[in-house]
Amino acid sequence: MRAIGLLVVLAACGASDDPCKGVTGTCKGLSEGASASDVEKALIEIAPGGTVAFGAGTFDFKVGLSLSVDNVTIQGAGMDKTILSFAHQTDGAQGLLVTANGFTMHDIAVENTKGDAVKILGGDRITLQRTRVEWTAGPNETNGSYGLYPVQCKHVLIEDCVVKGASDSGVYVGQSDQIIVQHNDVELNVAGIEIENSTHADVHDNVATKNTGGILVFNLPGLEVHNGAGTRVYNNQSYDNNTNNFAPAGNIVGLVPTGTGIAILAAHQIEIFGNQVHDHKTVNVGVISYVPTGIAVTDPNYDEYPTAISIHDNTLTGTSDMPTGQLGGLLISALGELYPQGPFIVPDIAWDGVKDPARVQQATGDYLADDKICIQHNGDADFIDLAWPLADATKPTTDMTPHDCAHTPLPEVATW
Amino acid sequence: MVKLALVALVVAACGDNAEPCGPDNFCARLSGWHLFDNIADQTPAPGVVPYDVNTALFSDYATKNRFLVLPQGAPATWSDHDALDLPVGTLLVKTFSYLHDRRDPTLGRTLLETRVLVHGDAGWHGAAYVYNDDGHDATLQIAGAILDESWIHDDGSQRTDEYVVPNENQCKNCHAEHDNTLTPLGPKVRHLNKAGQLEAMIADGSLVGAPDPAMWMRAPDAFDPSSGTLDQRARAWLDINCGHCHNPTGAARTSGLFLDVLETDPAVFGVCKPPVATGRGSGGFQFDIVPGKPDESIMVYRISSTEPEIKMPELGRNLVHAEGVALIRDWISAMPGGCTGFTGRHGQPTGHAPRS
Repeated sequence: MRAIGLLVVLAACGASDDPCKGVTGTCKGLSEGASASDVEKALIEIAPGGTVAFGAGTFDFKVGLSLSVDNVTIQGAGMDKTILSFAHQTDGAQGLLVTANGFTMHDIAVENTKGDAVKILGGDRITLQRTRVEWTAGPNETNGSYGLYPVQCKHVLIEDCVVKGASDSGVYVGQSDQIIVQHNDVELNVAGIEIENSTHADVHDNVATKNTGGILVFNLPGLEVHNGAGTRVYNNQSYDNNTNNFAPAGNIVGLVPTGTGIAILAAHQIEIFGNQVHDHKTVNVGVISYVPTGIAVTDPNYDEYPTAISIHDNTLTGTSDMPTGQLGGLLISALGELYPQGPFIVPDIAWDGVKDPARVQQATGDYLADDKICIQHNGDADFIDLAWPLADATKPTTDMTPHDCAHTPLPEVATW
Repeated sequence: MVKLALVALVVAACGDNAEPCGPDNFCARLSGWHLFDNIADQTPAPGVVPYDVNTALFSDYATKNRFLVLPQGAPATWSDHDALDLPVGTLLVKTFSYLHDRRDPTLGRTLLETRVLVHGDAGWHGAAYVYNDDGHDATLQIAGAILDESWIHDDGSQRTDEYVVPNENQCKNCHAEHDNTLTPLGPKVRHLNKAGQLEAMIADGSLVGAPDPAMWMRAPDAFDPSSGTLDQRARAWLDINCGHCHNPTGAARTSGLFLDVLETDPAVFGVCKPPVATGRGSGGFQFDIVPGKPDESIMVYRISSTEPEIKMPELGRNLVHAEGVALIRDWISAMPGGCTGFTGRHGQPTGHAPRS
């Protein structure tokens, strides 16, 4: 008799606060109080195409979660209402590891993971919406590395998400193809948004502030997916990204100077337009090759020079005289060579000036038309070519004339 | 009392009357598979063949009993590099246990779990059974488990571990050597080529397609200097402990660091290779391996850590494999040369100091 009474109570709870309410198709609801083991079991047993729905509340995990069933949706009651907390995590390098296609996650938060928060490996059609990832104690080198982390994926949509406190990148899309990153809010990370070794990405209408660097487009050597190309970074607001770099040393992102708005490292066919970039200690927009890192490149497929870059129609304001890091050192050196008495006010746009010798015109020493670094219509934004490594034969210059050119606009990334 | 009896009845009914255990029907109890004449002693039933490997994957100092069950009349087929091609219907069974005292195996052991991998029509499927307290049977735990264990270590000290039994998805995380499909890891020629095991399988017809024995790969015993050079032994340890993820199609393919023994390019197995997405795993160091400098090598840092976001392997290890770390340290110490690159934390460029 008592047992029956208990069942009635449970049924009542379920009816009034059903996490699956409104979900069509298979749904497994998990209300506050569900154990970590209940949750993992749900993620293992969910049918393809099903939904795992969390109710409002905080769910605690000691061990990372994983999902490998295709076309599953994980949803919560809102990014401030449903919290998957990993504050007491002792095992697992991620909060959630997904190895499946057709994954969707929305209206949920993942907090304080020891390593990466949400890693998606090798999936097609990945959608992350209104998901918050946060390390709640603020920037710290002991925070996990990546917030939202699709890698080797195809068709990635990340929108209306919030990521705060990642010790590497808040939103990081690596070695992927067909990517849309839009309307996200990234703060207090080392890198706000990073697109790395990826092709066909649209990064737009995001707000990146209080990171070390706002938006990065990087290409690194030694990876299976080489030479990312075809990224558009447009209509974003990237400002006041002056949080001291708190990445653990040894990470490439640790080289991002504190106070970077948008940076391109050895990437190709990149179009940066319509952005508002302002108030950075080091530089608003930086374009650099891999060469100044001094790291020997053993990857024969790696192209270490940024080419076919187009920076146009941006609003760039608020530069400084206290650039930091390796690039800051180069900036000060170059400015010192140009203006021995100072002041060393850093221009809005900086390029390390390292060109692939195989792609320059013999007569002028400039890049061939298709490979040029083009800079146009950025109001009164100024520029410096650092002429790295500042050997006597090469002089830094603030002359933008060789960069007065335009590339064919890149196509929009089509939805799927 | 009444309730307990009812539960027991229901479970017994499921275990005994259901269809035979198989890839689509993982029985609730290990005993349902009829793998052992005596589970507590791990005495295998007829047709359940024990095997061993040259160098084992480290699992928190657990000892392992491995068994292969081939379906009637269907042999395994040779593969030079990958796991043997095992026919549909094959079972791979591995029991993990802690010796009570590692100095004297006759003093008994605590059985922890038995993992069963079954080759079904739709591929391999795996799950773990956690032993009951009396060790006479084990119960399916698809969501895994954490077991508090203790034992007397090789040096006589009392050791403890929060031993993690993997959940079904974690099984896949390691056993996804190729493109997220569950695959066996241990039964490769180089691991099995030991004490006449392969010869015996060929002789009784359970392994076909073997080339001339001169062509057979053999991994050394990583901890027996008489079985290989330092380089061979270190690579064998990395192969079995890391290579299932760190290979061109494995789960760690995104790192560009490949540690399977088939990789021959030092830059790809870590020498002077900068990390990609290592986060705190870098330990502040710049390269996976700095020749001659184990204390500046990320590889040593990560295999020496037990923190979730730093340790390697990511799964299945909560303790440091001291002997493995010592081997990798020796290997790196003996490497000639060094690395060039940017050094220091957010520091100054190496090539050029600011001019004034």
